[in-house]
Amino acid sequence: MAFTAPKETYSGKVYPVTIGTGDKAVTFGGENVLPFHSFEGITPSRPVIAIEIQDVPPADWPDTVRKPYDAVSSDPVTWAKFCQDELKAKALALRLVGTHPDRENRSPADAVKTVKDVLAAVQVPLIILGSNHAEKDTSVLVAVAEAAKDKNCIIGKAQEANYKTIAAASMANNHKLIAMSELDINLSKQLNILITQMGFDKEKIITDPMCSALGYGIEYTYSVMERIRLAALTQNDVTMQQPLLGDVGMYVWKIKEASAPEADLPQWGALEERGIAWEAETATALLIAGAGLLIMRHPRAIKEVENLIDELV
Amino acid sequence: MALSGVEIFKLLPKTNCKKCGSPTCLAFAMKLAQRQASIDACPDVSEEAKKILGEASAPPIRPITFGAGEKAVKMGEETVLFRHDKKFVNPSAFAVEIKDTLSEDEIAKVCQQVIDSEIDRVGQKLRVDAIMISNVSGDAGKLEAAAKVVAAKAAAVPVIISTTNPPAAEAAVKLFADKRPILYGANTSNADAMAAIAKANKAVLGVAANGLDELSDLTEKIKGFGVEDLVLDSGARKAKEIIEHNTLIRRAAIKKGNKAVGYPVINFMQREDSLLEGLLTGVGVAKYASIIVMSSIEKWKNLALFTLRQNIYTDPQVPMQVEQKIYHIGEPKPESPLFITTNFSLTYFIVSGEIENSKVASRLAVMDCEGLSVLTAWAAGKFTASKIAQFIQESGVEKDVANKELILPGYVAILSGALEEKLPGWKITVGPREANTIPAFLKTR
Repeated sequence: MAFTAPKETYSGKVYPVTIGTGDKAVTFGGENVLPFHSFEGITPSRPVIAIEIQDVPPADWPDTVRKPYDAVSSDPVTWAKFCQDELKAKALALRLVGTHPDRENRSPADAVKTVKDVLAAVQVPLIILGSNHAEKDTSVLVAVAEAAKDKNCIIGKAQEANYKTIAAASMANNHKLIAMSELDINLSKQLNILITQMGFDKEKIITDPMCSALGYGIEYTYSVMERIRLAALTQNDVTMQQPLLGDVGMYVWKIKEASAPEADLPQWGALEERGIAWEAETATALLIAGAGLLIMRHPRAIKEVENLIDELV
Repeated sequence: MALSGVEIFKLLPKTNCKKCGSPTCLAFAMKLAQRQASIDACPDVSEEAKKILGEASAPPIRPITFGAGEKAVKMGEETVLFRHDKKFVNPSAFAVEIKDTLSEDEIAKVCQQVIDSEIDRVGQKLRVDAIMISNVSGDAGKLEAAAKVVAAKAAAVPVIISTTNPPAAEAAVKLFADKRPILYGANTSNADAMAAIAKANKAVLGVAANGLDELSDLTEKIKGFGVEDLVLDSGARKAKEIIEHNTLIRRAAIKKGNKAVGYPVINFMQREDSLLEGLLTGVGVAKYASIIVMSSIEKWKNLALFTLRQNIYTDPQVPMQVEQKIYHIGEPKPESPLFITTNFSLTYFIVSGEIENSKVASRLAVMDCEGLSVLTAWAAGKFTASKIAQFIQESGVEKDVANKELILPGYVAILSGALEEKLPGWKITVGPREANTIPAFLKTR
């Protein structure tokens, strides 16, 4: 008896989002099926991995992920060029972590200079992230959005506490916007609605339902992403059809598994491979759940996730 | 597919004889539909109706156990496509391939790796579950010799024998006759012989097909030979095809009641690059594989995969909990701060993560509140001054700290007065409401 393939047709689709300008621009999203289900619909773009860099040297990153950048990370411009030219990054994510009041407390003007210098040095699309300090981010992100005007960047992250100013700045300067809420599909939907009510184009939003690392709550991120995708596709919910972001590196490289030496925990195996595997496996799970954009740190983890994507598309 | 009460009623004698204990046949049918009664309670039902009901009430994916004893692996019984709907039931089993071209020493080494792979994580024992001995040499004697080494060195580990050659299969499977091995390799040209060997040795039969149509034909054919315990390989090897086939098989079984594919799935993920192999295995864990065969099992890879499997297979309806104890973040000294929070895993992950971010070594007292977050636990009367006081006193943390100061979550500031009364000699400090302000809080102390 021949097998009758129970294929699904979905009523909704995910908005395609293009970032950057010129021939280095990249597009993700656009599919009208669950992740990698090209057998029953269209999947026009592959997920994009952006390599994360910072405005200040990554002194707080564990050795495994700091070492590959030791020669370049003292200066964001050198770091950015290294990622673009040597690592063949398709996009960069510049995290302005040094602007955080508890860190270097760099000023919005400092951040503007960093962003302008990086934009002048590289051609690949840029994601510009604040330090996740709701109040400071408003002043920093407003300034950098203007400095990057018309470069078609992604500005992030807009949260419930500060979305108005950040979304307005992003809109005025023709950027895309990351809308982040904390691991709850309803909060995520609510934030998207609030942002679009300001007149912000719903097709220019990227949803960040908040990442978590493997072993540290990834099942919550996984299921929230999966539910958002199902709402977008099966219920044609236009407030849930934005591509999803997995901000993987930041969450993985602070946990114990990424830094505990093998000497202390012999049953956990080699430290370097373990940290890399942790980042790559976290990214894999989120790709399967529906992430269209990933932010990652370790070159080897990124390379292998790209190889996996090659097999999946 | 489950039948409705009315559909079942049509198959019953409709005599309302009450011998089953129900007042009417319809009432009995309703109980059957809800699985609160067994058809055996009806003395007059026809054999044919029994057969239809039996097939209809069987789970959509057949439950199968392979291996024996403590390390036996349960597979199948899944009921949903997405983990948020209902808990995934039987976690994917990890198997490592041992080629029969390896030397005895090399085989023994892998056996030992499998035995040593067991670790404990969040209270669960996790391990590489099985060994697949594959007949890559094509030689029956070599397969048997390799199987003998495995039987001696890893006696308790469930085994998969991989060969398409019936005589080789028979010799190797016999070595595990009382241990319920899987015999993998029944295809269109050897199905009858392989089915006979599986049947004679009480083995589970692995069906090796080339595409979903052939798979469906083969399982029907093999069932005709009287073998019912099967695991399925559609022939998919590339990640894209594995997602497609695993998804279609799972959907067909669960949503369409397709019995021909209502069996656990085995996927082969061997790759030259161990990390890539680990990522593919992750895809299999998320997307419906019951057994995943790998070529290597390094400890770092195992840890990541065990963790992913545990995370994907947790019950989404039960809040995940962490163990009640005093956690050390960094290397706390006697004068380091002491925080308290509840044992909802997300609460723990977020609070401990932010304390880590602050770079201030600390103690974090995690109290068992049945997996509720701070405010919910407080509202439910599980995170009260007297319970916190009792936990702190019984934990013995007092003798490890220089200053008896406890930092309370800002949301339950209301408890601080009562807590100071219940914990004489302790200073209660109200900490931040949200975890993300912990670094700032610690910095200003």
